[in-house]
Amino acid sequence: MKETNMRYIKAEQIKKIVAGLCYEANVILRPDILGQLKLAFKKEHSSRAKKILKAIIDNAKTALHEKLAICQDTGMPVVFVQLGQDVHVSGGNLTKAINDGVGIGYKRNYLRNSIIKDPITRGKPGFSPAVIHYEIVPGQKIKITLLPKGFGCENKAQVKMFKPTTNIKVIKEFVVDAVKQAGPDACPPFVVGIGIGGTQDYACLLAKKALLRKIDKQSMFEKELLKEINKLGIGPMGLGGKVTCLGVNIETYPTHIAGLPVAVNISCHAMRSASAVL
Amino acid sequence: MKNITLPLTEKLIENLHVGDEVLLTGKIYTARDQAHARLQKAIKSGKGLPLDLKGQIIYYCGPTNTPKGKVIGSCGPTTSSRMDAFTEDLLKIGLIGMIGKGIRSQQVLKAIKRYKAIYFLTYAGCGALLSKYVKTKKIAAYPDLGPEAIYRLEVIDFPLIVGIDSKGNDIFKQKGF
Repeated sequence: MKETNMRYIKAEQIKKIVAGLCYEANVILRPDILGQLKLAFKKEHSSRAKKILKAIIDNAKTALHEKLAICQDTGMPVVFVQLGQDVHVSGGNLTKAINDGVGIGYKRNYLRNSIIKDPITRGKPGFSPAVIHYEIVPGQKIKITLLPKGFGCENKAQVKMFKPTTNIKVIKEFVVDAVKQAGPDACPPFVVGIGIGGTQDYACLLAKKALLRKIDKQSMFEKELLKEINKLGIGPMGLGGKVTCLGVNIETYPTHIAGLPVAVNISCHAMRSASAVL
Repeated sequence: MKNITLPLTEKLIENLHVGDEVLLTGKIYTARDQAHARLQKAIKSGKGLPLDLKGQIIYYCGPTNTPKGKVIGSCGPTTSSRMDAFTEDLLKIGLIGMIGKGIRSQQVLKAIKRYKAIYFLTYAGCGALLSKYVKTKKIAAYPDLGPEAIYRLEVIDFPLIVGIDSKGNDIFKQKGF
């Protein structure tokens, strides 16, 4: 039996890459998001909506120039790892390397220590750990993506188990209603991630993953939902406008004959993520 | 656009109406979830507060850490509704204004009207931009809470929109929420 070539990647290198992603994700707004914000500015007619969008765009510029976090809520760091099956991580523990990288990256860049060790007893906040999702994929590379998820919007996430015979109209209503409930609190205009299929927990993961995809290329279904959501008129900061949502991304997965899980994960306009491939 | 220099007097508050844009200059205090829980506990137990909130404004904000050479890090508003359960007790002891983002409860709205207070909104998700209007930052209470501690900020021309005025007019109710 011929052995495949194993590639060795040092844990130390992964730590450094993750630390760098903390800066990139939190300080440099994704070009697709900034692009849609600029389009939204053109679409809005009311002076208030325009003024708020201008502040949001100016904020992204200030963050970049001053090396400041785009938002003070630098989130719960969520890390997606696509680990090539022919990679061997050497010289340390992979999960520890990622969490150490997050700790270093957040501290070094003066981001916020928002993570408390115990959800019940709370205590003094620190910089890590991250929530890490691993996926084993073919190949010899590792792709690491960091998504700092602010909790103003994370608190508005929803999931529902529909019947398999549910009309698609009802699914759309559920999504639109979830956005309506997020309302002014979650920093509109939003990016809406939707996960359909799998199991209850997997639909939630799909919805979060959907946020990672660029929002400038959308399917017909996504465009339809975007139109419906924007009819809500919530607008920037919830003070009214044409643009309640910058983009809708849907991820699907096979599911069981007895069910139809649907999850909605909402992101504020400061939709941040950064990736690196080793 | 109205320029307001603190302290907020009854007359100043009376002349501010829902939807008005304001540039605020003066000293305000940050406080969010854990600081509010502690303040309320201190009020209920009859123990003195670590700071005098009479006539003061609380900004619902937990800034990032402060980069070297800067006064403050990113410092935008957090969701106000999480502070709703604590707000009436603070208004009762003389708090006069709040700055945050999003909708307030009916209970808070009524309390704002009763105590002739005011609720301002500021640009949500614009913490880097808002940091430019902060001139000084000093710890005021509960330093062990880190970003959730109470800080005293000196702000100049800090941009605000009146969300709920002292008559109880609510900007979000007008928008159909």
